[in-house]
Amino acid sequence: MRAAVRLAAWVYAIAVYGFIFLPVVVLVLFSLQATSFPIPPFTGPSLRWYQAVLSDARLTSALVNSLLVAVLSSLASIALGFLSAWGFARFVLPGSALLRGLITLPLTVSYLIIGMGLLVLFNWAGVPKSLLAAGIGHVVINLPLCFAIIYSQMGDHQINIERAARDLGAAEWKVLLMITVPVMAPAIFAGFFLSMTFSWDEFVISFLLTRFETTLPVEIWNLLRSGLNPKTNAVGSLVFAVSIVLVVFFELTLLRRKPA
Amino acid sequence: MSVCGRNSRALPWALVTPALVWTLLFFVLPFIAMGLSSLTAHEGGGFTLANYSQFFTDPSYWWAMVNSLEVTAIVTVISILLAYPFAWILAEMVPERRQRLALMLAVLPFWTSYVVRSYSWLLVLAQNGVINRTLTGIGLIGEPLQLANTRFATVTGFVHFFVMLLTLTIFANLKQLSPSYRKAAADLGAGPVRTFLHVVLPLTLPGIMVGAFLTFVLCIGDYITPQILGGNNELVMPQLVMMQIGRRGDFPLASALSIILMAVVTIAYLACARWLKIERA
Repeated sequence: MRAAVRLAAWVYAIAVYGFIFLPVVVLVLFSLQATSFPIPPFTGPSLRWYQAVLSDARLTSALVNSLLVAVLSSLASIALGFLSAWGFARFVLPGSALLRGLITLPLTVSYLIIGMGLLVLFNWAGVPKSLLAAGIGHVVINLPLCFAIIYSQMGDHQINIERAARDLGAAEWKVLLMITVPVMAPAIFAGFFLSMTFSWDEFVISFLLTRFETTLPVEIWNLLRSGLNPKTNAVGSLVFAVSIVLVVFFELTLLRRKPA
Repeated sequence: MSVCGRNSRALPWALVTPALVWTLLFFVLPFIAMGLSSLTAHEGGGFTLANYSQFFTDPSYWWAMVNSLEVTAIVTVISILLAYPFAWILAEMVPERRQRLALMLAVLPFWTSYVVRSYSWLLVLAQNGVINRTLTGIGLIGEPLQLANTRFATVTGFVHFFVMLLTLTIFANLKQLSPSYRKAAADLGAGPVRTFLHVVLPLTLPGIMVGAFLTFVLCIGDYITPQILGGNNELVMPQLVMMQIGRRGDFPLASALSIILMAVVTIAYLACARWLKIERA
């Protein structure tokens, strides 16, 4: 009886793993298809569609745009998030709880509605659709995240080190650069990488706020109009590979750093 | 007043002002603009409530909300039912030192791009996709099944995403549970089934509720999965919003529909929050 239950549990777990991996396996497998349709039977392996992706100027420029938007919007998010978290954690400000609530409020609203709001505002103010507009949207969604991560990690321990530096005569900007930033480095990196991955993968805001120059998810979306296509598989597999590298890097640099 | 004494009138405000101004300028102001836009007529621009009344009087709009709520409810329930036993097996039956790896594998496809993940399901479910080719290949069915462009496809795509998400949250929940509860239940003579039903399940219920709420919010606001997998047969609210912008450039109506969608999420949040408090008491 017990053995039967154990067996059933393992079968169940393997079935769920199968369900989770099915689309990814199909995606990567048929990115290696030699013929023009990513459907069975498998005719590869061939790297022809990867070549097609890398020689497609629209896709490669969209990839560069995506990286640019991700890095710059994450830098802005982490800078704004860090400074405000520091301000709220170190000083007693009137209405602090309310203001902190305001900064984290965008976390509760869906990307579609944030994008819609910015579209209406920019349309009304005559701001043209551009990568900059999408980048502004990405800061709106990532700033609260960076703020929350860093604010939650600023404890008494850090305050004491800062106080010691001040007592020894360090100016406020020196305390910030030489004490606070190094001490908070893990939280800062965590916020930055999380912002990077969210911005890198964000679709709906970029879709609404860009026009000619656009980001990779939007360009992939445009590819979908041509139906099932191994080129889409290839670009999807490449994006997957980049994300995995980012995640492994994140694991190795940040999670291993924790004091044992 | 201040924690650290010196030079502290201007400095704290200098630190927090940029983030506050950013939020006011690019989050609060757009929201106000959307609210005003929703109250103006698409043609002419005068004040009107027509954008809202259109939603309540036109059944095709009304049905999009019903579809949204139905799909979201189905997805939430199926995802929890699939993820809970899976997370339990990972937490209880996989040896401790392999758990990290097992969990990382379970959420690996999380790291594909969201658009690409829905497209991958299209490969699996299409008329000549993997499932149909396999089933006709072994002679189980004669004609390919209509799997893509259906509600079934939308639900499958969503469940795939949320099973991963909920496995993470429920796993964390189960691991936080102190083993002494279970020992106590066993000492008092409860078998594994009763221990689970009367001790483990109730203690993990608040966590499940948080996961369910997260699923609800993310699912009801998503445009990508229904658009790629469900097609245009049974529209959901985000599709309806995008349609107003894309096809007709009707910002006022799109704004009104967005605000209605947000109101529904807010109501769900309030309902959920109250329910959670009762559970904890």
